[in-house]
Amino acid sequence: MTLAQKPGAGSWTQAYPELGTGPVSYEDSISPEFFEAEREAIFRRCWLNLGRVEQVPRVGSYFTRELAVANTSIIVVRGQDRKIRAFHNLCRHRGNKLVWTDYPGVEERGTCQQFACKYHGWRYGLDGKLNFIQQEQEFFDVNKADYGLVEVNCDIWEGFIFVNLSKTPVQPLREFLGEMAWGIEGYPFHKFTQVFRYRAEVKANWKLFMDAFQEFYHAPVLHKKQSATPEAAQALYEMGYHGLWYQLFGPHRMVSSMGRYRAPADEEPVKPIDRLTRSGLFGPWDEPDLGMAELPRGLNPARSPMWGLDSFQFFPNFTILIWKPNWYLTYHYWPLSADSHLFEGTLYFVPPRNAAERLAQETAAVTFKEFALQDGNTLEATHTMLKSRVVDKFLLCDQEILCRHLHKAVQDWVSGYYGGEGLPAGRVWSRTAPSSQAR
Amino acid sequence: MAHQLLPDEFADLESFAPHWVLRTERERYAKRLASSMEQMQAFYDAAFPRARAAVNYLNQFELDNLPEQARNLLYLLFSLVMVSFPVEVWKQPHVPDAGAAYLDLVEEPGP
Ligand code: FES
Ligand SMILES: [Fe+2]
Repeated sequence: MTLAQKPGAGSWTQAYPELGTGPVSYEDSISPEFFEAEREAIFRRCWLNLGRVEQVPRVGSYFTRELAVANTSIIVVRGQDRKIRAFHNLCRHRGNKLVWTDYPGVEERGTCQQFACKYHGWRYGLDGKLNFIQQEQEFFDVNKADYGLVEVNCDIWEGFIFVNLSKTPVQPLREFLGEMAWGIEGYPFHKFTQVFRYRAEVKANWKLFMDAFQEFYHAPVLHKKQSATPEAAQALYEMGYHGLWYQLFGPHRMVSSMGRYRAPADEEPVKPIDRLTRSGLFGPWDEPDLGMAELPRGLNPARSPMWGLDSFQFFPNFTILIWKPNWYLTYHYWPLSADSHLFEGTLYFVPPRNAAERLAQETAAVTFKEFALQDGNTLEATHTMLKSRVVDKFLLCDQEILCRHLHKAVQDWVSGYYGGEGLPAGRVWSRTAPSSQAR
Repeated sequence: MAHQLLPDEFADLESFAPHWVLRTERERYAKRLASSMEQMQAFYDAAFPRARAAVNYLNQFELDNLPEQARNLLYLLFSLVMVSFPVEVWKQPHVPDAGAAYLDLVEEPGP
């Protein structure tokens, strides 16, 4: 078995000297002060993906997203002009949350002609304009044009809806997403309208779950029991994990991996349900026709015949993972506190044409959950022990280059925003644990 | 039979239908956690050998226009997928090392 070719520098990590190779501290994942800094420096300034255009198919289609990390709630809505806009979910009269039913913290979706506030009945158009004030004559010199919903910068890339909470974003969306995104433009994301959306609150810092899904070094070990036979598990374990390709793009990063590049042969050991439904962790064995002459150039960068998947990590908290058998998934990690976040894993398939194809998708979705549950629980175990602060230097191998890079990118954004050296609280952050510190 | 859930061709699985014809993943996952391994093994042993015939039967219909009994049969197959990990791999109802972790399917496609 030939393993992946590493770059000339000798390792993936050393191809990026600014990363270093030393032990790292995870203080950035346990400190409440650092979390407050991330809110301001990152989540209020970066483009954040809230979903896809298929979620607002018609004029008046809307959904709300609770952005605890920015202490706000956002309405995304398609207007009369079919344009998609985003607004803070806040009534201009006396500040009631505009769109909600029964429980203010629960996200909503639906279709409407206008938004009416529950409290005193003010009404807003799909374009955010204030259209109606109950007993308007009782007010004093109101110009309704001055009291529309507060709009949020909103832009679309390849059907993905992004918002940016800063008044004037540092960069336009496509420039922010950069070269990594440009490399997968043209992938027919819009054809994958069959959606499974998973969600969980995870008691671990958001970056720790990103780390769990941006290295596969853990896969032959943590997921060992999931193999079809003990022999298969042992073989994978002994081979270890070797990424086909790693690449960093500014604050974004990707890994390309081997995987199921063809349907298993009859004699290969696979789980009976996988063979029955022709599906499994890597998705349905029989890939739908996407009508694409060739893949976008950013996919399978190693041009490997054994290519199985590419995982693109967009800064700060959004992943697109494209599988060789023509489906994809996204991850979102929405921080709630230094110690917890909301994880969303969404699987996107081409609509099935018959029961066999539908059943194959069910197997893929169920299998995804079995794996993700193992990953998620490990994180709680990790987070609680990091919080002990017994150790502050941890080793990362070459297959964990993306973990190293995420923490550096986050810290760079934070220190860049707060002027280089320190945070408001006065603490200095360095990616590499200070070597003088004896433990 | 008073009210038959499955098509005549799959009458042999009818006794499992009241337990395993479940419309949402949330119900199927809850049923799995609430079942004993003996119950899941019995269902698996009965349904697995019939699954290929069931898929062939279902494939004659348009997916978004399944007759009610056919749709129930598909839900039964979804449950077969749901119990497959406990039966084939874990030998226990819940995912090992997953503790109290949960993952809710908040949006799922129809059958
Ligand atoms: S707070 Fe919305 S109408 Fe008064
Ligand atoms: Fe994993």
